[in-house]
Amino acid sequence: MSEMPLLHVEDLKLYFRTGKGTVRAVDGVNFDLESNHAVVIVGESGCGKTSMAKAILRLLPRNVDTYSGHIYLNGVDTMAYNEEEYRRQIRWRKMSMVPQAAMNALNPVLKVGDQVAEPSIIHSAMRKEEALEQASKMFQHVGVPQDFLHRYAFELSGGMRQRVAIAMALVTWPDLIVLDEPTSALDVLTQANIFNVLKELKGELGLSFILITHDIATSSELADSVAVMYAGQIVETGDAHRFFAEPLHPYSRKLMDSVPRLRGTQEPDFIVGQPPSLINPPTGCRFAARCPQCFSRCAEEPPTVAEDGRTVKCWLHVK
Amino acid sequence: MNTPTETAQTEGAVVAGTRGSGDNVLLSVQDLRVWFELRRFGFGHAGYVHAVDGVNFDLHYSETIAIVGESGCGKSSLMKTILALHRPTKGDILFEGQSLNALRGREMQKYRSQVGYVQQDPYGALAPFMSIQRILEEPQIINGIKNKAERDDRLRRVMEEVKMSPVDDFLPKFPHMLSGGQQQRVVIARAMLLEPKLIVADEPVSMLDASVRVEILKLLRSLQEAHDLAVIYITHDLSTVRYFSERVFVMYAGKIVENSPINALIRNPCHPYTDALLAATSDPDANNATRFRDVPPGEPPSLVKPPSGCRFHPRCARKIEGLCEVEEPPYFEPESKHFVACWLYR
Repeated sequence: MSEMPLLHVEDLKLYFRTGKGTVRAVDGVNFDLESNHAVVIVGESGCGKTSMAKAILRLLPRNVDTYSGHIYLNGVDTMAYNEEEYRRQIRWRKMSMVPQAAMNALNPVLKVGDQVAEPSIIHSAMRKEEALEQASKMFQHVGVPQDFLHRYAFELSGGMRQRVAIAMALVTWPDLIVLDEPTSALDVLTQANIFNVLKELKGELGLSFILITHDIATSSELADSVAVMYAGQIVETGDAHRFFAEPLHPYSRKLMDSVPRLRGTQEPDFIVGQPPSLINPPTGCRFAARCPQCFSRCAEEPPTVAEDGRTVKCWLHVK
Repeated sequence: MNTPTETAQTEGAVVAGTRGSGDNVLLSVQDLRVWFELRRFGFGHAGYVHAVDGVNFDLHYSETIAIVGESGCGKSSLMKTILALHRPTKGDILFEGQSLNALRGREMQKYRSQVGYVQQDPYGALAPFMSIQRILEEPQIINGIKNKAERDDRLRRVMEEVKMSPVDDFLPKFPHMLSGGQQQRVVIARAMLLEPKLIVADEPVSMLDASVRVEILKLLRSLQEAHDLAVIYITHDLSTVRYFSERVFVMYAGKIVENSPINALIRNPCHPYTDALLAATSDPDANNATRFRDVPPGEPPSLVKPPSGCRFHPRCARKIEGLCEVEEPPYFEPESKHFVACWLYR
C-alpha cells in the first residue's frame, strides 16, 4: 500500500470481561475508509457493530479485557496516543460520533444551542459567543431553524433532535463521523430527510462517514462501500455497487434476501437460528451452523480472500 | 354540527365501499373521533388534540388490513380505541354488531378476550419478574379458565404454534433471557392464547433486527391463515405491508387519506402524501447514494389546531389554490376499490 487511506483499521480487538467469561465483541477487524467516502457496517444486533464504533473512538467502559490492534488516521497510529493526547487531538477534533438513539442523547435541562456549542468550547478552546456562532452555522448545515438554538430538547420533534445530534458531531469540523443507527427510531419521511442532509454534508464539507446499521435498505442511501460484520468479525467488504448487486458471503446473501422490498416480487427469506455467543465463539467459520452451503472445510477458520477489490472470509471463494 | 364538508366526508366513506358489505363484518368503525382535552394549569380548558378525526372503515372476518402513517398521525390512538383503552369522543365502534360504547364489566372483559394485542416493544410488553409460564397463564386465570391442566395444555399449544419448541426449555425462563425475536413470539403467543377473532399488531417488527422481521411477519401470516383471524397491522414501513395485508389505509393527521388494495397503491399512489411515503422508502440499491429523495417540506401539523381544508395542503406540492386550503376533500374513486381524499381527482 503506497498511500494510506483516511482510516485504516488493522486487527482491531475489543474484549470485555463479564461474569460469564470474556466476550469477544470485536475480534480482529480490518477495513479501510477513503477520504470523502462512506462505509456501511451491517450486521445483526449483537454482532459487535456498536462495540467497534466505540473501539474506534476509544469510548470504552470499565470492563475492558483486551483492546489492541492499530487504527491509522491519516497515516498516524492513534493507538500510540495516551488517553489525554487522544482526547485533545483525536476525539471530536478528527473523529466524532452520533450515538445510537441520539434523539434521546440530548440533555433535557440544557438548551440545544448550548449543547451543540459545548464541544467547541472544550475541544477547540473557543469562547462561548464564538462557539454559539459556530453552532448556529452548523444548524444551517443540517437544516435546523436558527431560533431552535434557544429551545430545549423536548420542544423538538424526533427528526429535529436527530439533526441537532448530527450538528453536535459536526461542530468541531472533524474529518470522520461515526453514525450509529442514525435513523432506526425515525419515520420513513424523516429518515429520508436525514439521509438527504448527510448526503449534502458529504458533498459540501467533504466528510467521511462510518454508518452502522442493521437495515440494508436504508444503508444503501449513503454507502460507497460496505462491510458485513458477523459475530465480531468482518466477513465481507466491497464497494457498494457490486455488493448490492451480488453479495459474495452466504451470510450477506441471506441478509440481502431478508430485506422486504417495496418494488419487485421476490418473497423475502429469513436466516434460521441465532448468531453464536461471543463468549465462546465456535471454531472454524462462525456462520457455519446457520449456513446453507456449509461443507467439511468450514470446521477450519476460513481465510480472507481478496478478489478484485473485494474481500470475503469464506471457504467457498478459496480457489 | 353538520357542515356540508362533513356530510360529504361521511357520504364519501359510505361510497368508499367500506360499509354495508353485508353480514360478514367483524369490526365497523363509524365516524370515529378521539380527542384529548388539553388543560391549562390542570383545570382550564385549552382546546383538544384531535388525534383521530372522523375515521370510517369496516373489517371483515379473516381480513388483514394495514394502517400506515407517520408517528403522531393518530394511528396508535385509533388502535387503542379499538382495543377499548380509550373511549371515543364521538362516533362508534361496532364489534360483531355490538357497540363498544355500551359494553361494561363482564361484557367488556369478554370483548377484550376476543381481541389480541401484539405490542411494538416486546421487552416492554412482558413483565420482567414473571416467567414465560406465568405470563401465558395469567390471561387464562383472569378469563376464568380454572382447570390447571387445561391452562397448561393451551399454553403449550400456542407455544408450539409460535414455534417456541421445545416448550419446556422456554417456560421457566424470564423475558430478559430471550432474544428480541423470541420475546416477540411470546407476545404473539399471549395474544393468541384466548383464541381471539381479531389481532391488533402495533408495529410488531419495528424494534426487531432486520433478519428477524420477515420471520415474525411470516409467523403472523401463517397464524392468520390457520385461524382465519382478522388482523389490523399498524406500521410506518410500507415495504413490509406488501407481504402481509390486502388493503391499506394511509393515515395523515387523524384522517384516512387513501384506502386501496396494496398492489394498486404501490402501482398507482394517488394522494400526494402516499406518493411521498413511497418515494421515501428505499430498496437496497447502490444508486440510492447518489440521488436525493423528494421529501415534502415541513413536519406533520399540530393536531390541536389542524390546518383548514385538506390537512396536507401546507406541505403539498400539487396544491390547488383556493380549494385545498378552504374545503375538505371528500373521497374520490379514481379506480375501482381505490379511494382517495384529494381534490386532484375531482
